[in-house]
Amino acid sequence: MVATALSVKNIHKSFGSVEVLKGVSFEAKSGDVISLIGSSGSGKSTLLRCINYLETPDEGEIAVSGEVIRTVKGKDGKFHATDKRQLEHIRTRLGMVFQSFNLWSHKTILENIIEGPIHVLGMTRKDAIGEAELLMEKVGITPKRDHYPNQLSGGQQQRAAIARALAMKPEVMLFDEPTSALDPELVNEVLLVIKKLAEEGRTMVMVTHEMSLARDISSEVIFLHKGLVEERGAPSQVMRDPQSARLRQFLQMA
Amino acid sequence: METISNVIGFLPALIKATPLTLLLTAVAGVFGLVIGTLVALARLSGRRVLSVPAYVFTFAFRGTPLLVQIYLIYYGLGQILPGTWVRHSFLWPYLRDGLWYAIFALSLNQASYNAEVIRGAIKAIPRGQIEAAKSIGMRSSMILRRITLPQAFRSCLPVLTGDLIILLKTTSLASTITILEVMGTARMLQRQSLLIFEPLIAAGIIYFTVVFILTRVMGVVEKRLTRYRTAKA
Repeated sequence: MVATALSVKNIHKSFGSVEVLKGVSFEAKSGDVISLIGSSGSGKSTLLRCINYLETPDEGEIAVSGEVIRTVKGKDGKFHATDKRQLEHIRTRLGMVFQSFNLWSHKTILENIIEGPIHVLGMTRKDAIGEAELLMEKVGITPKRDHYPNQLSGGQQQRAAIARALAMKPEVMLFDEPTSALDPELVNEVLLVIKKLAEEGRTMVMVTHEMSLARDISSEVIFLHKGLVEERGAPSQVMRDPQSARLRQFLQMA
Repeated sequence: METISNVIGFLPALIKATPLTLLLTAVAGVFGLVIGTLVALARLSGRRVLSVPAYVFTFAFRGTPLLVQIYLIYYGLGQILPGTWVRHSFLWPYLRDGLWYAIFALSLNQASYNAEVIRGAIKAIPRGQIEAAKSIGMRSSMILRRITLPQAFRSCLPVLTGDLIILLKTTSLASTITILEVMGTARMLQRQSLLIFEPLIAAGIIYFTVVFILTRVMGVVEKRLTRYRTAKA
């Protein structure tokens, strides 16, 4: 039996009076690639951000390799992570790649990649640089090692951001629309890196608008609509033979 | 001709007083930066016990003239302290000297200006960069130290430099409470020589020269620290 890497149970989240997530659950076994698709406003990005508590869910449970993020219900009736240190530790095990890259602009690419390993994981500078060099090679940004983020194209920045996330040796990678902010001609170089990671058997959860990517590398596709799972299954089944009318409509437009 | 030689004649005495002006600037500059940063963080903390006093502090110190603050601190504290335990403590020999009151007033005044600049710079940092730091498991104190503050200081460096240069010239107000820095020395030379303009012109030359050098030095520092924004692809 393959171990469960990530379990997401019954996540609810409201912003003000708008209920964005109305109870979403899924599980990722080690090596799974799960694609969250849906139109804008369906809650898919919020769901991803709830996994590492960049948004605190109002209800529900997140567990990484069986370790549940501890929460308590506050005075306002909402949940809070109770144990900051536990949350920080769990975050080190979840690598996140953002739509807008979010590299630290005052640090070079190498410095961006070794920041976490040195200051959060406590690696020596020498070891961190050694591993960073391998990662830069892997995503193809070695020549940009000593450049600052604003000197790079969007595609290069995103590949650097992937290397930064990988440097923490996460158990699960989270991708939040990793190619949506890119010029069309730069999308492919980032997709290739993501595909390579999938082939290596990395556990990944991604929010994406790239239907071909979802079809090619996912083990499961989850279609969200208005904060609920509308349809889910293997890409071959969900994308070729959608059951719900909404998914059919969505796939036609995508 | 005589004027020029008089001015030149005053320069050595004023050059001798320059280190004291620089000391006031440096000490008040450093304290102003440290206190200003803490005040900025207090204002941004979201806790009213911290943000309200910080707001009152900046409002009060930016809203009143420095000269008033110097007088209030020098004469006010100077009157209160001798009646307290401080009179007999080891601190007293220092607290009789106007220098400490000047440093105290200049530091707090500088802090109030720095605080507003730093607060703005912190708020301008893209949220995503903070989220990226959270997402790799950094704790908030580390995010502040390694991501937020380094970027905030770099982005407001030109304004901080400007404020430092203003501070350098403002230290001349310390002369009003018996301190013989450049301006105080110039006034002493006026009384001794009965010349009005020449000591002032000489003092002006000193201030101008120091400001010129300081501007150049900070320009180099700025260029180095903000390379990440100006570097070409």
